[in-house]
Amino acid sequence: METRVISGKTIEIDTDGNLADHTVWDENIALELAKELGIDELTDGHKKVIHYLRDEYKSSGEIPTMRKIGKKSGVDMKELYKLFPDGPLKKAAKISGLPKPKSCV
Amino acid sequence: MTEETKYEPIKKVSIVISKGSLDGIYPGLIMANGARMEGIEAMVFFTFFGLETIIKKRMNKIKVATVGNPGMHIPTIIGAIPGMSSFATTMMKKEMDKLDIPPVDEFIEMLSAAGAKLYACKAAMDMFHYKKEDLIDEVEAILTVGEFYELSAGAQIIFT
Repeated sequence: METRVISGKTIEIDTDGNLADHTVWDENIALELAKELGIDELTDGHKKVIHYLRDEYKSSGEIPTMRKIGKKSGVDMKELYKLFPDGPLKKAAKISGLPKPKSCV
Repeated sequence: MTEETKYEPIKKVSIVISKGSLDGIYPGLIMANGARMEGIEAMVFFTFFGLETIIKKRMNKIKVATVGNPGMHIPTIIGAIPGMSSFATTMMKKEMDKLDIPPVDEFIEMLSAAGAKLYACKAAMDMFHYKKEDLIDEVEAILTVGEFYELSAGAQIIFT
């Protein structure tokens, strides 16, 4: 598996460039990945979404849909698109250290 | 080794929804939403029976077509029995709910919040005698075909 250095750590990544193992994730990694995606700082809104995604993934093994995030994370749909422009679910999952989402909605 | 052709990524889609059955409108709605999720600009043009998707009084009464729909795998004569369409609609909605696909009104809200632009077709509005007040608030404007093409500049047009 490919590796790369993120925030000073050598980390395994999958073919989509997402972390191969979500347990090595920390907030510094999140910030560096966010910057690469054009998000310069992680606000409380970003963090709400990230922690919601990580909690859901840990308990169900799946990344929640946009609809679910919009309803349950405390950040609504409009805000989600503002916080993670040009691909909210894909970007949020990557920053959260999770694999690329597989759902269509 | 052969060289792979590099294509430009899609930047904008213009989706036309022309059918008024549940199986006729959902593919377009899902594709428009999927485009926004990928950061692709999206507009949806509702024409002919597809217009019912954005008519306040009609949007939540849209049903699956059980007659003349070979994909349903039920004979037309059975599909025509009263209640069949409602039954099939209930079944399909249950399956969609499992996939977290929302009902029509919520789907429209979601699309609008996602920044997709929704338009009504002028010819269809006139043909079915609908007025601006019959449309849901999320609709940006009523367009002629010419205006639709103008606004679709730079987009891939997808007809459903």
